Amino acid sequence: MEALVNYDKELDARGLACPLPIVKTRKALNDLASGQVLRVMATDKGSVADMQAFAEQTGNQLIGSAQEGPAYVFFLKRK
Amino acid sequence: MTAKKMALIATKGTLDWAYPPFILASTAASLGYEVQIFFTFYGLQLLRKDLSDVKISPLANPAMPMPVPMPVLVQALPGMEAIATTMMKNKMKSKGVASLPQLRDICIESDVKLIACQMTVDLFEFDKNDFIEQAQFGGAAMFLGFAGGADISLYI
Repeated sequence: MEALVNYDKELDARGLACPLPIVKTRKALNDLASGQVLRVMATDKGSVADMQAFAEQTGNQLIGSAQEGPAYVFFLKRK
Repeated sequence: MTAKKMALIATKGTLDWAYPPFILASTAASLGYEVQIFFTFYGLQLLRKDLSDVKISPLANPAMPMPVPMPVLVQALPGMEAIATTMMKNKMKSKGVASLPQLRDICIESDVKLIACQMTVDLFEFDKNDFIEQAQFGGAAMFLGFAGGADISLYI
């Protein structure tokens, strides 16, 4: 699944704790055009639920997620 | 769709109480909320330009996890407060938790409004110049004007 999702920008939030993954994701998404995809890596265990909540509440779609070793990977589409 | 609003009142000035308002505010702002924080009493310490004085004391904090059990009399010894503060700050750094100045900057960047309670500034005779320039000054009535329409109102 990882190889199939094209992304336009990457954000490495590994090693950062709440609220930094969400705060940085919002900032990174703002730089994208509508429809572009952001790939986020995070190690914060709470980020799984947080990314889903962020997607639901902001209308930016969470189009995929995976796990790469200790890191969680999320794909978010800018609304 | 009008943005949701969150009103926070911050009344405490120790390290453990400093994080919740700034984390909640920055997260809510990331989710599109309009956020205002009203700092009053010891919360005013969080609006100082220099945040390095924000401390934590193990004394009278029986819920605070300690690496070794520490009798109350030991907690009260000179220097213990500084040790506890340094230990907590180091722990936060190693776990990737943002520093207090960093979190506050994120809030400011995200247009979170920081309001200092005029009454308690006068009460403690604080100097306005000690506070960050982004802090506005106001009273309860002014804050209630915003809080009255807020979707979330929290007291910290």
